[in-house]
Amino acid sequence: MAPRFGVLVLLLGLLIGGKVYPGDTAPSRVPQPVVESARGGQCVGDPAFMRRNHMKLLKHQRDDTLRGGIRTGAYSLKACIDCHASKTTNSVVASDTNFCQSCHNYTAVKIDCFECHSNKPQVKP
Amino acid sequence: MKIELRPLHGSSSGFYLLLGGLALVALLGLTAVWYMEHNGHIVTGMNNQIVWGLPHVFAVFLVVAASGALNVASMASVFGKTDFKPLAPLSGLLAIALLLGGLTVLMLDLGRPDRLIVAMTHYNFKSIFALNIFLYSGFMGFVIVYLWTMMERRMNRFTPVAGFFAFIWRMALTTGTGSIFGFLVARQAYDSALLAPLFVALSFSYGLAVFLLVLMGVYQGSERPVGDALIAKFARLQVIFIAAGLYFVTVYYLTNLYFTKHHAFDRFILLDGGIYTLLFWVGSVFLGGVLPLVLLLHPRIGQLRRRVMACAALVVVGGFAQMYVTIIGGQAFPLVMFPGRQVSSSFSDGVINPYSPSLPEWLLGFGGVAIAGIIVMVVLKVMGFLPDRLDDEAMQQHAALLAVDNA
Amino acid sequence: MTPDASAPSNDAGDTKSGRRGFMTFAAAGVAGILIAPGVRLVEIAQAAPVPGKASPGASSKVRWGMLIDSTQCASGCTDCVTACNTENGLSGGTKSTDSQWIRKIEIKELRTGNTQSLPMLCQHCAEPPCVDVCPTGASFKRADGIVLVDKHICIGCRYCMMACPYKARSFVHSPQTDQKPDVPRGMGTVEGCTMCVHKVDKGEMPACVTACASAGHEAILFGDLNNPESEISKRIATYPSRQIREDLNLDTGVRYLGI
Repeated sequence: MAPRFGVLVLLLGLLIGGKVYPGDTAPSRVPQPVVESARGGQCVGDPAFMRRNHMKLLKHQRDDTLRGGIRTGAYSLKACIDCHASKTTNSVVASDTNFCQSCHNYTAVKIDCFECHSNKPQVKP
Repeated sequence: MKIELRPLHGSSSGFYLLLGGLALVALLGLTAVWYMEHNGHIVTGMNNQIVWGLPHVFAVFLVVAASGALNVASMASVFGKTDFKPLAPLSGLLAIALLLGGLTVLMLDLGRPDRLIVAMTHYNFKSIFALNIFLYSGFMGFVIVYLWTMMERRMNRFTPVAGFFAFIWRMALTTGTGSIFGFLVARQAYDSALLAPLFVALSFSYGLAVFLLVLMGVYQGSERPVGDALIAKFARLQVIFIAAGLYFVTVYYLTNLYFTKHHAFDRFILLDGGIYTLLFWVGSVFLGGVLPLVLLLHPRIGQLRRRVMACAALVVVGGFAQMYVTIIGGQAFPLVMFPGRQVSSSFSDGVINPYSPSLPEWLLGFGGVAIAGIIVMVVLKVMGFLPDRLDDEAMQQHAALLAVDNA
Repeated sequence: MTPDASAPSNDAGDTKSGRRGFMTFAAAGVAGILIAPGVRLVEIAQAAPVPGKASPGASSKVRWGMLIDSTQCASGCTDCVTACNTENGLSGGTKSTDSQWIRKIEIKELRTGNTQSLPMLCQHCAEPPCVDVCPTGASFKRADGIVLVDKHICIGCRYCMMACPYKARSFVHSPQTDQKPDVPRGMGTVEGCTMCVHKVDKGEMPACVTACASAGHEAILFGDLNNPESEISKRIATYPSRQIREDLNLDTGVRYLGI
């Protein structure tokens, strides 16, 4: 009795899941992320690599910078923001189409960085 | 007429009314937490001078009472007072519930409660706070195992061992809680090794008082009998514990009176600290100490049962007052960086720091109490934790049975 | 930092590799011995940051400290405080919930009427009580002696604020916007004087020091306490400097003259 019921629930779940999963047919309810073009030239990594690994880079670089005082090297959050800040809002999270915010909205991952870090590029004196 | 552990019966409206009330208080507490987390601690009465406020008073009281609530079970399993054996499960349950309530308040008052996982994965083992995280979770583990050995018939023979370890861990926990303050060399109020044993003594007193209140309340509510002999035993214990607490408080202030460098602080708490002086003398010493002692020792005042309940309530009130004086009074008194000199600055140096608790803090504190209450009520209703009878006859037969078993 | 290659490895008992293993070990050892002095020289050279260049890393060869001459401190002067607020994006407000990383303290000896004024900031102790009590290790001491809060793992418990003998730390009570890009600050975390670590790592001096010097008061001196040739070390060797709450034996990085 119980195993049969479980199989039924599984099939039902797959059916519903198949409907919601963005395939090539049904339009998704979640707006696709808008990747605003950055200001500068080339990013420190190619988009596919950065999409997968930017969180790891951020997590380890932050300790090198803060605890080790190492400010050399390719990765710097300030540099990311300098490049990726929106030309209209001058920020990476101010509006839903800004660089960090749009993808993070799509993936429903809350960004914690900008509780503390400035989301605007550095104003060079 | 064997004493058996039974869940609470019936569907009395009083039970559900109380449960509903507690749930409402807990909900209000969670609302307060959401408000504080969204807007920041600026909506509370806490600031850069009084960094730990009313929620910490509630949390520390609950944690201290939690470790003391286990005492009844420890006396039964570890110290051979087998009369209390039927009450050991309730004691363990109360310990867990109070601890969970206190920890909830503590964790939800953090500046970043969303970083709880960070707190559980990054440890600085020199910090007594980090060690306390292990002490608290370990305590719950030990008590759960201890409860299991009591409830599972085949494991009953392990109860003394489990009880022993739970008792040792409980002593470590309360020492750790007292050391949170005792390890602070910076402040006049805390730089003292005496704070750990003080908290241990207070835990015995507060824990028993809360246990008694819950015991009497539940038995009255479920119309189960409780014997006078048992109550009298508890009353005698409460006297000893109140006296022990008063002893350590006395030694603490008397010693400070001997240190000229602490005179200003002692004067502040004992004489001209306003609310802190009032809470100390009237709340902690009189209501929490002298009055319950008089009530419990005097042969002719009131009926025994009501007397004991009143004393337990007074001890709890006195306990909150003592925690307020210790935690908040200790922060209200300024840091002494230039002894003997008058100091002033834009950052409240050299002045007594004012503090008035805000509504979100009250709601959070009582929310923690409510959560502890909900846990106790639900478990008692669903599982057999409570002896069905504790009247004198049943207790005597229970003692006789145990004597036969041990013979 | 490269590992010390000249330390002998625990290679005992592997008789199968025998000669090959021994040769590898010996070669590595010799190479290590040859390279090690060069590595150490490079380390020392890189230890102190060069002005204008990004820091290769904090090193314990250096210990940053300050010497504050309170006799040069005028009562009512708050140049260092203003500079700190501007540099770090603090509001400058003095409500009990506002952050103050540095403050001026006015001291009066009641018996004699003698008054004094000095700035109070994080003392960057060598044995910081705030580091001891932090449950997550967010309050930490960097290799070069600067005591910082790692706000990535700060949970906002405020225990460090209870423990600090100098009330150096502030708690951020409300949401922050418009932070300085060099100085992250966030609600729910604890913060304090960073000795302008973002400037120090570039070879510059903290804002309070620069402001005091350019205003002509010359009350704050900043430098490397480990370097006997630095101005601060020479002055500490010449004049009797004190630490605030010296009896706590915290070996502070900030010393005072005239107290």
